[in-house]
Amino acid sequence: MLKFVVRRVLLLVPILLGLSILVFLFVRALPGGPETALLGENATPERVAQVREAYGLDRPVHEQYFQYMERTVQLDFGTSIQSRRPVTEEIRNRFPATVELAATAMLFAVAVGIPLGFVAARRYGSWVDHLSTAGSLLGIAIPVFVLAFLLKYVFAIKLGWLPTQGREDPRVFTDHPTGFYVLDGLITGNPSAAWDAVKHLILPAAALGTIPLAFLTRITRAAVLEVGNEDYVRTAEAKGMTRPVVTRRHILRNAMLPIATVIGLQTGLLLSGAVLTETVFAFGGIGSFMAQAVFTRDFPVIQGGILFLAVVFVLVNLVVDISYGVLDPRVRTR
Amino acid sequence: MRNLRRRGVVALGLAGLLVGTAACGGGDDGDTGEAASEDGGTFVFGTSTDPVSMDGAYVSDGESLRVVRQLFETLVTTEAGGTEIVPGLAESWEPDEAGTSWTFQLRDGVTFHDGTDFNAEAVCFNFDRWYNFEGVQQSPSVSYYYNTVFTGFANNEDPEQGVGLYESCEATDEGTAVINLTTPSASFLPGLALASFSIASPTALEEFGADDVTGTGEEPRFEGTFGTQNPVGTGPYQLEAFEPNNRLVMTRFEDYWGEPANIETLIFRPIADGPARRQALEAGEIQGYDLVDPADFGPLESAGFQLLERPPFNVGYLGMNTAQPPLDNPQIRQAVAHAINRQAAVDALYPEGAEVATQFMPPSLFGYADDVPTYEYDVARARELIAESGVTNPTINFWYPTNVSRPYMPNPEANFQAFQADLEAAGFTVNPTSAPWNPDYLDAVQTGQAGLYLLGWTGDFGDPDNFIGTFFRTSQQAWGPLDPAIYEQLEAARIETDEDARTALYEEANRSIMEFLPGLPYVHTAPRLAFAEGVSGYEPSPVSIEEFAKISLD
Repeated sequence: MLKFVVRRVLLLVPILLGLSILVFLFVRALPGGPETALLGENATPERVAQVREAYGLDRPVHEQYFQYMERTVQLDFGTSIQSRRPVTEEIRNRFPATVELAATAMLFAVAVGIPLGFVAARRYGSWVDHLSTAGSLLGIAIPVFVLAFLLKYVFAIKLGWLPTQGREDPRVFTDHPTGFYVLDGLITGNPSAAWDAVKHLILPAAALGTIPLAFLTRITRAAVLEVGNEDYVRTAEAKGMTRPVVTRRHILRNAMLPIATVIGLQTGLLLSGAVLTETVFAFGGIGSFMAQAVFTRDFPVIQGGILFLAVVFVLVNLVVDISYGVLDPRVRTR
Repeated sequence: MRNLRRRGVVALGLAGLLVGTAACGGGDDGDTGEAASEDGGTFVFGTSTDPVSMDGAYVSDGESLRVVRQLFETLVTTEAGGTEIVPGLAESWEPDEAGTSWTFQLRDGVTFHDGTDFNAEAVCFNFDRWYNFEGVQQSPSVSYYYNTVFTGFANNEDPEQGVGLYESCEATDEGTAVINLTTPSASFLPGLALASFSIASPTALEEFGADDVTGTGEEPRFEGTFGTQNPVGTGPYQLEAFEPNNRLVMTRFEDYWGEPANIETLIFRPIADGPARRQALEAGEIQGYDLVDPADFGPLESAGFQLLERPPFNVGYLGMNTAQPPLDNPQIRQAVAHAINRQAAVDALYPEGAEVATQFMPPSLFGYADDVPTYEYDVARARELIAESGVTNPTINFWYPTNVSRPYMPNPEANFQAFQADLEAAGFTVNPTSAPWNPDYLDAVQTGQAGLYLLGWTGDFGDPDNFIGTFFRTSQQAWGPLDPAIYEQLEAARIETDEDARTALYEEANRSIMEFLPGLPYVHTAPRLAFAEGVSGYEPSPVSIEEFAKISLD
């Protein structure tokens, strides 16, 4: 097991190296540079040259790359050109928001998707089954920003039940020791602040969680159907095991493998993106931040941010792989 | 199966409970605008991003300046809604005969947020601080406005940079500061109204390391906390808290020398997405925001929100390279002017509030001349002029940019198509070239490759030199050689210290420019702010010098 984990972690190195080269080159292949965003039409050739020199963009590409790698191995991602704050600080300020949002969205997707998929499989061919299939297809098909706008329009603007943007009411004053607003509210003994944070999470998490929800429903349904038809299940039922026991001991546990895969992949995706949802709800996470950095050609942010997200994604998948060992003893012995 | 069904029902019930309590919570937690005014003094404004720094000397972007404007004050400022210079921290000022020494009489009884006194020493401390910027601090990306107005430092890092405008500052007594310049200049006075020349508390500047800037041009590290947590000024608001990416909170400064702010707590909430800002206003989560998308003007107004117009402070123009035939021929240039239907373009391609431009600066700026030659839309006249010019088959290299949208030019391609059609209808042959805005297009324009080109300018500060001086005071490849009288007039106006004489000189210059016609200005656009119904007292300014201290909620 340990060897397995260590091997996977070591694999990170070539992955990140390759990724760093790709990102570095792609970002410099974009037309224009940070000077556009900084200068507007003050961009006389002299000013542009000055800005490019100030940011080391006039040096040969390989020189820029080596300097960038030299810094990166020391975990120094440089300074944002737009905000002039260290990239690591910017990421640190924003990542908790994305984590909170992704976690809530996954919670929603898992809490609704798995039971729904299970029921659909067990009542194969019934209206529940058809409804859940149609629903999941719809969930996958609707662009997430359309859904986000719809939810916002109905629940926040027309009905006024929930807020339209942000992570908390600007007039609420509370400390944020961890950066996870719900947790912070609870830790600092301020339940109304925690509740405020929850309210701000509901709509974005619902919008964001729809796609994992849809996938999970379908995968659960498929997995449960497949396992439910296995011989050992029929044997267990024939032996007289009650339905709940069969479900718990045989069906669900065996169906969990593909479900865990989907959960892992979807979590990784949510953590590394949620650009559209974060933008529509002004949620201040890392997805919208990265998108803005591309528009302003903020090279250090783009480079550092992508590497960071890649690490996150790989680590999440590592956790999923390890969880296989827990779920399926056969994996451990290999 | 029974278990699962029960679980399902419970889950459904929980969900219902959640939504139900959210509904109750939503009603009474003060999300609506009315609740805010009942609070008796909190105003939330939706900005587009956090300030980069609250140290005015280091910033030039709108959002940073907006914050600095509330916390700090300058020696002089602009009249509300206009560009005329009026007293700020200085009650009066007087240049000497030569125009190189300006004596400022300072206001009495002013204190900084930290309790220290505002006086002439503090003023000189600030000016000397900027003059003595070193290394990274001198970079135009850091101290853009100091570089623009004063152009040089005590020890220039860049050998190309010449001697600056500022020479020294003397505190002759507590209430009198004399600023000495190296050459006569009158355009520096309106420049002093810029928030970048705010007077900060010397004690705080030192204590919080405002000048602790390490690193290099590419990696500036602002070690001190003056600009991020301790921006101590004399303004009607002081900083309460700055939480990046969440909000910036300011509270009323009770010892302010002037009329105290009406609103006690001012909160800026950054919302990057334009539609999200509008929706936050509609939902009552913010009470105002800036740079409203023209598509929202109608809907917001019908929904009962106030749309305040900021007087235009930009100009969109068709530049002409007078070195490139046939534009070297004055009659051809006039023909172009008569061929273009500016009113139609403004009506069709620009939002409400945009106006046709008659000269290269906006009407709100002093020196604007009402009687410049105007070149009415007249295709027949254009054809006549072409015939008179002696140029057969006049062909124009018309350049336009792609990948860009500017306030004075939201859709350059649309402008190009309209103008191309106009020119061809008058008998011109148009040879179009498009290029990405940066760097290709701007490069081509600035090196004189373009013949006719679409460009524009948003003013930095309320001085005509910032518009027509920037374009025409010195010879530039983009325009080609101009009538020498124009250079002379603009140089004379730049240093004329008598206000009325200066205004007259700029009016004269505008007439000369529009006679020579180095280009055709065609539009000024007016950005708008949106506010909730009960908000009053906000005065939009062409140069964005806007004070939240004057707002009140009904």
